[in-house]
Amino acid sequence: MSAGELAGLGIAEARRRLAAREISSAELTADCLAAVEAADALNAFILKTPETATEMAAAADARLARGDGGLLEGIPLAIKDLFCTNGIATTTASRILDGFTPPYESTVTEKLFAEGAVMVGKTNMDEFAMGSSSETSAWGPVINPWRATGDNSQRSPGGSSGGSASAVAAGLALGATGTDTGGSIRQPASLTGIVGCKPTYGRCSRWGVVAFSSSLDHPGPMARSVEDTALLLQAMSGHDPKDSTSADVPVPDFAAAIPGDLKGLKIGIPREYRVDGMPDAVETLWSTGADWLRAAGAEVVDISLPHTKYALPTYYIVAPAEASSNLARYDGVRYGLRVAQADVNDMYAATRRAGFGAEVRRRVLIGTYVLSAGYYDAYYLKAQQVRRLILRDFEEAFERVDAILTPTAPEAAFAIGAKSDDPIAMYLNDVFTVPGDLSGVPGISVPAGLSAEGLPLGLQVMARAFDEETMFRVAGRIEDAAGFDAKPAAWWRGES
Amino acid sequence: MSVDKATVRRIAHLARIGVEEEELEGLSGELSSILNWIEQLHEVDTENVPPLASVNHATLLPREDVVNDGGDPDAVLANAPERHDDFFAVPKVVE
Repeated sequence: MSAGELAGLGIAEARRRLAAREISSAELTADCLAAVEAADALNAFILKTPETATEMAAAADARLARGDGGLLEGIPLAIKDLFCTNGIATTTASRILDGFTPPYESTVTEKLFAEGAVMVGKTNMDEFAMGSSSETSAWGPVINPWRATGDNSQRSPGGSSGGSASAVAAGLALGATGTDTGGSIRQPASLTGIVGCKPTYGRCSRWGVVAFSSSLDHPGPMARSVEDTALLLQAMSGHDPKDSTSADVPVPDFAAAIPGDLKGLKIGIPREYRVDGMPDAVETLWSTGADWLRAAGAEVVDISLPHTKYALPTYYIVAPAEASSNLARYDGVRYGLRVAQADVNDMYAATRRAGFGAEVRRRVLIGTYVLSAGYYDAYYLKAQQVRRLILRDFEEAFERVDAILTPTAPEAAFAIGAKSDDPIAMYLNDVFTVPGDLSGVPGISVPAGLSAEGLPLGLQVMARAFDEETMFRVAGRIEDAAGFDAKPAAWWRGES
Repeated sequence: MSVDKATVRRIAHLARIGVEEEELEGLSGELSSILNWIEQLHEVDTENVPPLASVNHATLLPREDVVNDGGDPDAVLANAPERHDDFFAVPKVVE
């Protein structure tokens, strides 16, 4: 067995081999930890947790030996560093949480660990999940394992869950958790050639997830296949009394919904998602994707989501407004950074100046402005009304169709630093994912092809609220037809 | 909508984020360009459209009015930058 061979297994296959006792979680975990150690060049982790992982793997092997393993028994995962982990530092990639060790476990990680998952580390991300490139981290940018053909320059993995995406794409863990507020699971999945799913709002508990924008934050899974993603989502889902927005609905066997043709299903192609400047490869892949679904038995129809172009400006009112409110808790009093000053107001201002990075400060200021007296109606109320119209677009579309097919992102992975000086250019990367967050409908990105430069491109499938099963079945047919098996050359291990 | 330096200073104060005098000009430009881009929302007719704060599908159920957690000041204070006995300590607020 060569290094990285076990770490490169899919979750479904690793489960089979673990259950058959062909491999142990200790071996699988050790292989992942070695891969993590060899991948510092990706900067995918803020904190590696090899000792915790080794203990968890031993406990998993003991349960497997007794024959009472959980759904993810012994499976090594990477955890985005905004899921609070009991007794293990959690930073949300910000200096404002310096020294913070949560005395509790997030519901999502608690559920994953209860099913036997093993944590290899906490992944790097945009600070407070505010970004689309994983460059705003106080720990420096995450690097995409993918490079363009004949070009050794470093690419962004997208964001904000870029550390999780790079870790999964580079074979450092079998899967990962992410969060998606404007596209932060689906866009990095597309840019790194993996699968990422944002479930329905309320499907996964937000308890213990560092809050950015509470009405938009969606925890969800990232993995290398549709089936693996479905298994992770099943373990992460379920009602949680500790999150008042958690939905009390049954959790289906998502993986069981994947097989089967698409006879009787109608798939919508929204005309407003054809945006100026979209590369030909994205446009071509999208129509090829529609052909694949037709061949699988679906009827493909044109639909309209007329308020699509207003989703991003709506998002850039709602998300900063909620962030300015949520981030008010970082005051240097109860946890995290404190910059000492004689006066308490000076202490707040100095602490927040030192603790928050430039993009977080910018968004808190925007949010404070749109909520301030005299501007509330013109901005925040207006955005909430347009949000209603965006939701209605989806409700009306889903009266006609069962799922919607779009590109995940308007382009492939861009160079590190390419958009750092232009916030709006960065925001535009989320043009196809933000509507799903505003409306709460589930969406999944599936790797479907390569750009002209040899970089991965994803297609997105959206479905009705709480109909992830249809979403997974359509995603499964894209995965089958695309046969995407390209892998990045492991340059970070010194291979070329 | 342009956000002038005085407005940046005012909202930074409301947000309790320290800003240096020499940063005001740059922030004023950045915030103005973002707000100008957001202005396109005013094209949308929202007459009689009820605002949507959240797409929450959950129904809020009443719970038993019982204490089910707490009573552990050491856990609560474990991350405090400064504590005195069982309290968070802050700079003197009242003379």
